[in-house]
Amino acid sequence: MSKTVWLIPFFPLLGTLLNALFGRWIGRHAHWIAVPALGCSFLLSCAVFLKVWRGETFTGDLFPWIQAGAFTTAVTALVDPLSAVMLVAVTGVGFLIHLYSVGYMHGDSGYARYFAYLNLFVFSMVMLVLAGNFLVLYVFWEAVGLCSYLLIGFWYTRRSAADAGKKAFIVNRVGDTGFALGVMYLWVALGTLDYGAVFSRVGALSPATATVIALLLFLGACGKSAQLPLHVWLPDAMEGPTPVSALIHAATMVTAGVYMVARSHALFERSGVALDVVAWVGGITALFAATIGLAQTDIKRVLAYSTISQLGYMFVGVGVGAYAAGIFHLITHAFFKALLFLGAGSVIHALGGEQDLRKMGGLAPRMIPTTVTFLVGAAGLAGLPPFAGFFSKDEILASAYHRDQFWLWGLLLVGAFLTAVYIFRVVFLAFFGGPRMSKQIAQHVHESPLVMTFPLGALALLTAVAGVVGIPSAQGTAFARFLSPVLPLAEETGGHGALSAYALLILSVIVAVAGVLLAWLLYSSRPLSAEAIGRPRTWLHALVFNKYYVDELYGVLFVRPLLRIAGFCASAFDLGFVDGIVNGVGRLVVGWAGSMRRLQTGYVMNYALATLLGAVAIVGFFLSR
Amino acid sequence: MMQHLLSVVTFLPALAAVVIALLPQGRAALVRWSAFLVAAATFGVSLLLYVRFDARRADYQFVEQVRWMPSYGISYHLGIDGISLLLVLLTTFLTALALLSSWRAVEVRVKEFAVSMLFLETGMLGVFVSLDLFLFYIFWEAMLIPMYLIIGVWGGPDRIYAAVKFILYTLTGSVLMLVAILALYFQHGGVTGTYTFDLPILARYVVPAGIQVWLFLAFALAFAIKVPMFPFHTWLPDAHVEAPTAGSVLLAGVLLKMGTYGFLRFCLPLFPTASLTFVPWIFLLALVGILYGAWVSMVQPDLKKLVAYSSVSHLGFVVLGLFTLTPQGIVGGIIQMVNHGLSTGALFLLVGILYERRHTRLIAEFGGLWQVIPAFSALFLIVSLSSLGLPGLNGFVGEFLILVGTFAWASRLPAAAPLAYVVPGLATLGMIFSAVYLLWMYQRVCFGEITTNANRGLADLTRREWAMLLPVLLFIVWIGVYPRPFTGMTEATAEALIAQVQSKVAVAAAGPTGR
Repeated sequence: MSKTVWLIPFFPLLGTLLNALFGRWIGRHAHWIAVPALGCSFLLSCAVFLKVWRGETFTGDLFPWIQAGAFTTAVTALVDPLSAVMLVAVTGVGFLIHLYSVGYMHGDSGYARYFAYLNLFVFSMVMLVLAGNFLVLYVFWEAVGLCSYLLIGFWYTRRSAADAGKKAFIVNRVGDTGFALGVMYLWVALGTLDYGAVFSRVGALSPATATVIALLLFLGACGKSAQLPLHVWLPDAMEGPTPVSALIHAATMVTAGVYMVARSHALFERSGVALDVVAWVGGITALFAATIGLAQTDIKRVLAYSTISQLGYMFVGVGVGAYAAGIFHLITHAFFKALLFLGAGSVIHALGGEQDLRKMGGLAPRMIPTTVTFLVGAAGLAGLPPFAGFFSKDEILASAYHRDQFWLWGLLLVGAFLTAVYIFRVVFLAFFGGPRMSKQIAQHVHESPLVMTFPLGALALLTAVAGVVGIPSAQGTAFARFLSPVLPLAEETGGHGALSAYALLILSVIVAVAGVLLAWLLYSSRPLSAEAIGRPRTWLHALVFNKYYVDELYGVLFVRPLLRIAGFCASAFDLGFVDGIVNGVGRLVVGWAGSMRRLQTGYVMNYALATLLGAVAIVGFFLSR
Repeated sequence: MMQHLLSVVTFLPALAAVVIALLPQGRAALVRWSAFLVAAATFGVSLLLYVRFDARRADYQFVEQVRWMPSYGISYHLGIDGISLLLVLLTTFLTALALLSSWRAVEVRVKEFAVSMLFLETGMLGVFVSLDLFLFYIFWEAMLIPMYLIIGVWGGPDRIYAAVKFILYTLTGSVLMLVAILALYFQHGGVTGTYTFDLPILARYVVPAGIQVWLFLAFALAFAIKVPMFPFHTWLPDAHVEAPTAGSVLLAGVLLKMGTYGFLRFCLPLFPTASLTFVPWIFLLALVGILYGAWVSMVQPDLKKLVAYSSVSHLGFVVLGLFTLTPQGIVGGIIQMVNHGLSTGALFLLVGILYERRHTRLIAEFGGLWQVIPAFSALFLIVSLSSLGLPGLNGFVGEFLILVGTFAWASRLPAAAPLAYVVPGLATLGMIFSAVYLLWMYQRVCFGEITTNANRGLADLTRREWAMLLPVLLFIVWIGVYPRPFTGMTEATAEALIAQVQSKVAVAAAGPTGR
């Protein structure tokens, strides 16, 4: 298995190198390298998955890495059911998005550069999933952040894109710093960073130590998975090309945090408190982001906040101990969110780059495949049966309920209602009703080429059928049973809630359908003018429309004070004070020497006088003793 | 030749400099080529040191010892260990690149420039290979002269102020160090009866704790100025801004390392008790340096000043690592010295390339460069990422080991432990700020629209520029991906040093003096 495993990251890395080094000559043929590279990775991932299905696992070192004294680490891979599932999802969704990009990025001047970055991203993500110790995990944790920086700022001549890339990197780095500290603390506490050794020795940690380490690691997860308070980079990340948003900022990279918490569940369980923090941060973020999603007018921003919100659901899942449920939602979300983003990309493509919902409408008859697949994605997100999102989201809700986390359950239920509202708001505003775009644009509306609609169809199919593996049974879902060697099966504790599993199921459906109906009532039951959409009318609407002013708050709290401190240090302190002292000493020496020079008058009389005075002083000193 | 390998490496440049000085005036091309080839040859010979170095041994290797002034206990004593090996290689490597970078940048007094550079190389190498305090001090001071000339003759408009400031600052520190060297000489001689400047002999002697404090402070001041540690750093930005590119590369790449090297080679083994006493203060200055250097970098309008202040921040990490007295901290510190030499050296080379084309280094003058010179921009990005410690590139390996070392140090403290974790915590903040100032700078230089018309016609990298940047890039990636060949060289020495310090501290604690 060793060779197969290492070849999975090898192909995209090779693709990156070829397109980066020879992109000038490869130019518009770049996809002939990038897409097959990922195809190979996907097929190999499937092969590995089948082997894992048969019960094989794999651990192996590629080469020794950072070592000094007792600190030894290697580039290690670990393949078990959890990483196998992630591998297939990453390379599979990644492959479809590569394919889609061939159409979407056609004719872009940075075509080869785009595919080099995209391959690099998949390489990093594959390594992140394969990592067998915390250091390798951390390395690729940062590497996906780098790819995100490169791809968000892909259209670097746009100020906003370059700003967004930088913001993503720096906000991620704040989280990564916590993650790095957690990793180091872990090593100091246990003397190893290998998953196997760490998780088997976790009992040696005091709960307090485990809490500190787990929370530091979770800070990293908050950064990568865009949870409160580090969520601010993700909406801005929509400055990148849309397939990038689909791949990185929806389907794969942002799920790294959830994956990490699930992978380290032993550590989080040892702490206990840390798991509650994970669940509550997730729950609050889920509702928080859903409310913002209600009011946005940029189609990609709605989806971005939806991603933040859905990641919150996943964190509630792993936070209440329903790890498999969290991972299952991660996978189904990867399908339907990639689908939604690619669908949005298809719309944006058709409208010549327009992302504003106020200038859309009535696209359905002109873009039937896009409309149908987008509807499937929306149904998946809203949690309408029988689509995958219904099973995965409901499992998280049920897990919270059965563990007596009624408040969390309530948050998520309200969130589910809002989710259905905001996503069907997008559906009605974009595809139905009368067109609100200009005449010229309206004439050019066209369905995207097959290379773009095929991935839409494939993802729609996955969204429609993936729920099968999540159908609950007495022994948990099929998905959870597959993951049970890594993630313990959720115990059916039979909580104190009054509602049975079926009642919960029905409640979820009612909530989702109510959301859809409300969206229809507000946005499709009567004709809307472009001006009427998204214009804040109440203070509450303004608050949500402006994303609770978090960016402004951070500007006042962090960005501006930092610049002020920097400015003070650079001018007043460094040049004025420190250098002032240095130059002052210099002047003092010169000045002192100058005044001393006046003593050297050259008159023998003066010298004789000085000698005399000196002699008197010495004699006086000895006499006075 | 093999018995005298170190001498050959050290004096080859100086010998060649004498020959080049005798060349007729006006043969600029001949001078450039011969100087570069000599530097390249020196690098080639120094690679032999690497090949023949036994990484398992912790003691000095390639030792040469010749009686010089025996009546004063002075000898010509050379040798290298895991601490100095990589620094010697870094010096020979960067000197060759620096000469390559001045091909077009230095147009006047080409011969004198080449001679100065080669003498400088001998001086720098001498500092790293000397095992006799007297010899060391000679090299330490001798090296200042060519650097003073390089800044003062081939520098920018304010070069005289910068050169004088550089030399006065450094002299202030080294005069005190000279006093301390003499004090140590007499102290050791008085107690043991052997008057000697020989470092291995002196290192075995346990200086009384009361005296250690003063000697440590005198040495430490000299080194702190050289590093430079906050608040002794203000010579650095001026020197860098005025120095020609080649001068900046060697200044940042090698000269600053002499400070951190000094701490490791002299302060820790000679005055271990005092070193440990002052650890809190050194950490305080290092942390202030890390954060302060990053903040000041953030708002610099001049590219060179930005890189100069970033050195204050990076070298703060190195000092932090060395004084943790853990294998991770010391190995990380040594590797970080090399990394800083490579990354910051490369940054200065890149800034020099821009300066040669535009004759300005103001960030505001640039913008949108990726559209015009994509190859330059791509390399600039990789080097910036290496400088901000991105995993997979060299900077990460050093920074991470240093932070691990700091953590290990904190975890070993008995009582006040929770407070000690503030040290790695604050140092890690430096990683955030370095991302802020480097990415912000990069964005303003390479991203966005082209705002200045003069930038539209910029030429991308020439073959010579590729030739000097590619080798650096190779090491940046190599150390980042597979650091074993580099860290492995330093481990044995680092662990031996720690053992030496600990045993001497124990001896000093047991009795007032001892042998």
